[in-house]
Amino acid sequence: MKSKLVTLFFLTAILDNRVRAQDPLLRLLDDSISANARPSYVTGTFKATHIVNMQTVESPAAGSLNFGLDNATLRLGLDYGITDRLDIGAGRSSFDKTFDGYVKYKLLRQTDGTDRMPVTVSALATISNYTLKYPEKSYLDATYRTAYMGQLLIARKFSRIFSAELSPTYLHYNLVPAAADKNDEFALGAGGRLKITKRMSINAEYNYLLPNQMVSTKVHNSFSLGWDIETGGHVFQLVFTNSQGLIESQYIGQTTGSWGDGGIYFGFNISGNFNIARHDRKRSIF
Amino acid sequence: MKKLIILSTLMITGLLSYSQVYLTRNGFIGFYSRTPLEDIKGENNQVYAIVDVGKMNLAFTSLLKGFIFPKELMQEHFNENYVESDKYPKASFSGTFTGNLDVSKDGQYPVMVKGMLSLHNTTKEIEVPATLEVKGGTLSGQSQFEIRPEDFRIDIPSVVKDKIAKEITVTIKVDCKPR
Repeated sequence: MKSKLVTLFFLTAILDNRVRAQDPLLRLLDDSISANARPSYVTGTFKATHIVNMQTVESPAAGSLNFGLDNATLRLGLDYGITDRLDIGAGRSSFDKTFDGYVKYKLLRQTDGTDRMPVTVSALATISNYTLKYPEKSYLDATYRTAYMGQLLIARKFSRIFSAELSPTYLHYNLVPAAADKNDEFALGAGGRLKITKRMSINAEYNYLLPNQMVSTKVHNSFSLGWDIETGGHVFQLVFTNSQGLIESQYIGQTTGSWGDGGIYFGFNISGNFNIARHDRKRSIF
Repeated sequence: MKKLIILSTLMITGLLSYSQVYLTRNGFIGFYSRTPLEDIKGENNQVYAIVDVGKMNLAFTSLLKGFIFPKELMQEHFNENYVESDKYPKASFSGTFTGNLDVSKDGQYPVMVKGMLSLHNTTKEIEVPATLEVKGGTLSGQSQFEIRPEDFRIDIPSVVKDKIAKEITVTIKVDCKPR
């Protein structure tokens, strides 16, 4: 038995050599490269920094500036990547003449290969302040007009065509319409993208505002559909949504349109990228 | 049994090591696309290269994800849309060279390299001039040549056609040490 095993072993060894001999050098390199393989970060979970209205885990690379033109109601925004993981942004919406600013930090990054990290997780904090004058509400000062939002964005690229994101959300309004309404509100968002070609994808998102928080006005959950078209450095998005606002505090907690009643808005987003600093993967402060 | 494993391992590796082999794990490959509208470059410093001076054959392999671009968006597009590195992670070359090379004498030796270049699940035969240099026990190789994206089934959409060169310049530089 033992001698048979030995013969078999040598036979395999010789056979193996003959296979390798076809291209021994390349085989050697391939073995070496797989032996040294390190996990690498998954890229392109989403094409843009927004699924539709929801922010994605993606941020502009360090030193790149992302401009956005959202046009359901108009929002002009600028995003800047301070590092590859930290970015800041500011915007101005025509809806309620609102200013907004945000900070987003990538806490975890999905990797492939061994020792996998299954998801990418970003933390997002947004502040918004609307400046539209309401003559009958003279009491509205800057504090009353301000709202805050904190969100955890948990995303996974399941395959080259499908990515999904979940976002537990906390909202704080300094002023709500009635005493029965809550100043602190919670919501859960979910969104995803399905690539239909290399450069096009269909996106959808739904934000569920937990019940009994906003009771004085009828608020609908925000549902949006988008069609992303990527052309070189720009991403165009065609958007159908029942939300008029483009900031979390507006579209999650103050959506009054309803898909059922035909209260749907059509719009488009354009985002582009400028590099104002050299990209160097080795540089990372965080 | 343990001895047997050691013995057979020696046999396998022995077949490869009887002739003189030079190796590196941090060779350089850069590619450059120049058009009036845009210059694009990607550079990889983690190229694996091996040269067997006895058999006069050589091989390269590199992970496409290892190409670094000055603009990250280009890097993402390169991986996702053009070379599809998630499906086809490597670019590799395997071939032979002809010319006079004397590793015992320092100097520069012009050679012709011929072999199969594999990229994006497509293999194409190429033949290019290269320079081998022996200096203090190190064997360096250098070459520059052009490849066409269409030869490797890398399709370029019409909107960016004018921004990507028809012929991409590839520069290779490796410094190999005896194995």
